[in-house]
Amino acid sequence: MTPQSLDLTGIGKGFGADDVLKTIDLSVRPGEFLSLVGMSGCGKSTLLRIIAGLERPDRGQVSIGGTDVTETDPSDRNLAMVFQSYALYPHMSVRQNIATPLRMRRLSLGARMPLIGRMMSSANALQEIEASVMQAAETLQIAHLLDRKPAQLSGGQRQRVALARALVRSPAAFLMDEPLSNLDAKLRAHMRDELAALHRRLGATFIYVTHDQVEAMTMSDRIALMSEGRIEQLGTPDELYGQPATLTVARFIGTPSINLLPVEIGAEGVVRLFGQDLPIAAPVRHAGPATLGLRAEDLTITSEGLPLRVFRTEMHGADRFVHGHLLADETQHLTLRLSAGEQLAADADGIIHISFAAGRAHLFGADEARIATSLTERAAA
Amino acid sequence: MTVALDMDVPADVTRTRRSTTERRMMWRAFLFVAPACLLLAAIYIIPILVLAVFSVTDYQLGALSTRFIGFDNFTHAFSDAVFLRSLKNTVIYAVIVIPLGVFLALGVALLVYNRKRSRAFWEAAYFLPVTATLVAMATVWQFLLHPSIGPVNAAIKWFGFEPVSFLSNPVLLIPTMAMIGVWQVLGFNMVLFLAGLTAIPKDLYEAARLDGAKSPIDRFLTVTWPMLGPTTLFVVVTTSISAFKVFETVAVLTKGRFGSETLLFDLYLEGFEYSNTGYAAALTLIFLVIILILSIGQTVHLDRKVHY
Amino acid sequence: MARLRALLPNIILASGAFVVLLPFYWMFLTSIRSPAEIFDVSLWPIPKVFDAGENYARAANQVPMARFMLNGVIVCLGILIVQVLTAVPAAYALAKLKFPGRKLLLTLVIAALCVPIQALALPLFVGLAKLELLNSYFAMMAPFFLSVFAIFLFHQSFRSYPDEIIEAARMDGFSEMEICWGLVLRGSLPSLAAFSVFSVVAHWNDLYWPMIVVTDINLAPPPLGMLFFSDVESGANYGALMAGAAIITAPMLVCFLLARRHFIAGITMTGVK
Repeated sequence: MTPQSLDLTGIGKGFGADDVLKTIDLSVRPGEFLSLVGMSGCGKSTLLRIIAGLERPDRGQVSIGGTDVTETDPSDRNLAMVFQSYALYPHMSVRQNIATPLRMRRLSLGARMPLIGRMMSSANALQEIEASVMQAAETLQIAHLLDRKPAQLSGGQRQRVALARALVRSPAAFLMDEPLSNLDAKLRAHMRDELAALHRRLGATFIYVTHDQVEAMTMSDRIALMSEGRIEQLGTPDELYGQPATLTVARFIGTPSINLLPVEIGAEGVVRLFGQDLPIAAPVRHAGPATLGLRAEDLTITSEGLPLRVFRTEMHGADRFVHGHLLADETQHLTLRLSAGEQLAADADGIIHISFAAGRAHLFGADEARIATSLTERAAA
Repeated sequence: MTVALDMDVPADVTRTRRSTTERRMMWRAFLFVAPACLLLAAIYIIPILVLAVFSVTDYQLGALSTRFIGFDNFTHAFSDAVFLRSLKNTVIYAVIVIPLGVFLALGVALLVYNRKRSRAFWEAAYFLPVTATLVAMATVWQFLLHPSIGPVNAAIKWFGFEPVSFLSNPVLLIPTMAMIGVWQVLGFNMVLFLAGLTAIPKDLYEAARLDGAKSPIDRFLTVTWPMLGPTTLFVVVTTSISAFKVFETVAVLTKGRFGSETLLFDLYLEGFEYSNTGYAAALTLIFLVIILILSIGQTVHLDRKVHY
Repeated sequence: MARLRALLPNIILASGAFVVLLPFYWMFLTSIRSPAEIFDVSLWPIPKVFDAGENYARAANQVPMARFMLNGVIVCLGILIVQVLTAVPAAYALAKLKFPGRKLLLTLVIAALCVPIQALALPLFVGLAKLELLNSYFAMMAPFFLSVFAIFLFHQSFRSYPDEIIEAARMDGFSEMEICWGLVLRGSLPSLAAFSVFSVVAHWNDLYWPMIVVTDINLAPPPLGMLFFSDVESGANYGALMAGAAIITAPMLVCFLLARRHFIAGITMTGVK
């Protein structure tokens, strides 16, 4: 089956103040790897379950490949899902687990019955199923595990069985609910690569739910960042990192977290930090308190600039994180990223001076939305 | 060699030092288990040994002399028409109670499990017979099934059939008592199945739905039934053990008349009414062997919990 | 059609519940009807002549009904208290102390779980007869003083109690008895509650053993009393008979309806967990 598009229009769940989902509109393109990312409780899993048909939306419509499936049973949506717990049938061998989606679809109810089933199923159908199972198992390199039970497998192997069960038929889309969260860090990084490779090879539509921004950033074509039942921003990983639409997005994406400083937008549109004019101008309608966002790598050590008292450095191999308090306001904690070779020229009191390229700064208004800025002449000069 | 010697010395020292506290703990532990051990010996171990001795004698309570008669009691048992009849009756009783008691309970549990608001009500309703005193309730059943004044026969007559004498027709005695047995065990088994159903992870059902298991029958066969396997085995074992121990209904309803003795009732008559102690001991051992065979499943189940 | 499908499970459950509850309803209904209405098979709940007083009085006077109930309470409480007193320390020692023979004792306990009282009745009866202890409360209670099931259950529950707390308590100078009863058992109160229900229900309803060791009607616990009573009445007065049955079943039924959760947990404990 060719990869299908998937459209959500006006999806809502719950009423009043405790809405789980507030009017979600989302279009997933055929063959796209789209991640739904956000804190726990942001509604991303509920949204995935609505797509799967495991939960009913209170409002809105789900369509797959242009067909409305809002009222369709999950078994008829032709979607495959990988669960966080893998949800492997513990009493079945790996082979039977992988074969289940095909047995359900290709064999008649009589042929699926225990005992009498064998007599009622055609040898041809069984052979086809066996061949598909073999192929899926080989794709995921678990052909040698086919006769084991899930309890005899490691976490990573179970993960592969769950994936094999999903891809044994060609579903319209793959749904994945935090599939890597039960694996240890090293295996998780490895499976990330494999999943991305699998997506490239299959060319299928993937919808991937995770709370881990690294997973979302490394694998996705596009990311929908969710918060409190809304999509905060939908875009490519580059867009989310480089042009965060809201303060929530800016905070969520990136390691170390973005530095945020309170600023004031003057009546004339000039942005002031600790009473000093910055070479950044904002539309005057945003005048008032605002927040300046600075990525750790956009801060540089200079001979003059904001004085910062360093209290800790963290070695990360290729680069080094420097943590400090601003002398101007001790409550403000800043982190900057240095490449490993770079010298940290602090004075006797452990004070360094930092500055930043104004063009790289992000500005957010009191409503937490991004404010488009321009550089003033002073910066150009 | 020297290295090994060096290491041995401190190990020895710690061992002796630890052993004083260890010994004190040990005595304390003995004190703690002493009452239980004495009772275990007095109630279980000695009686079973005595029982084994009785079974090879012609001992009668109050008799002046007692002889060793080898396995005569056992050979006699298998030519004793009453004992064989009681064995047959008990097996018929079990054959009715086990499948009905297990599968009706499973059906009720499946229905009750999916009720959201009314679940507690149904649970209580079906469980009520389990708490009720069976002797009293058997008396009520006797009245309910009365050929002339019982409402059950009134209903049968209303439908235009002949009244059925449930408790005087010898052929119907055991099946009637078995139905009462099912009535009593149903709620117990239902609760066991409900616990088993609660333990099945929800996402298995969800995975099955996405795998294409659209009909409830498919989901039952793919998830529920296999996942309930251990529960079902356990329910079958407990139901069969309680079926082989049927006593109250016989004691109230028939007192063994019309050839309706069950194993335990025959045992009661021989041992305590007729005082054939030696013979009853042999019958008890046969009964015990049957129960132990049935218990193996139960022990395996409990034992697993000890070790994991 | 869809509504009917949604209602179907309820209809099936209701018809099943009708059969299950019919005896209870019939028992109560007959116990408040006059003897003249015995031949009336209608299920209408209001009797023409309200004769509850007559029936219950007859049940209470014909046989010492109050005495049966008192006997039941004495026997059940006596058994429960000794069971807890012997099982808790043993279970604590098995779960938390090291001593030679621990494995053997645990194996014996599990083996004893499979042996029903009916298999031990004969030698125990002979023993009690030799000691001339038949027809006494002691005879009714003695075989149940040790509950291997209680030991097994408390052992399972005590094992999960953290060792660190026990060690800390020892350092603080608590005696082993105080640790066992004051700390560890307190952490297993749900098990204690469930076991109490299990034990009381089992012995309140037991007929086999009292029937063997008690011939004195004044010592009879409720089920044996019921048997005496139904022999006395021998089917003559169903109103009084049902009143007697109602009196005897009422305590357990009322307790069950009041503490439904605990009851279900207690009685089915043998199965779950």
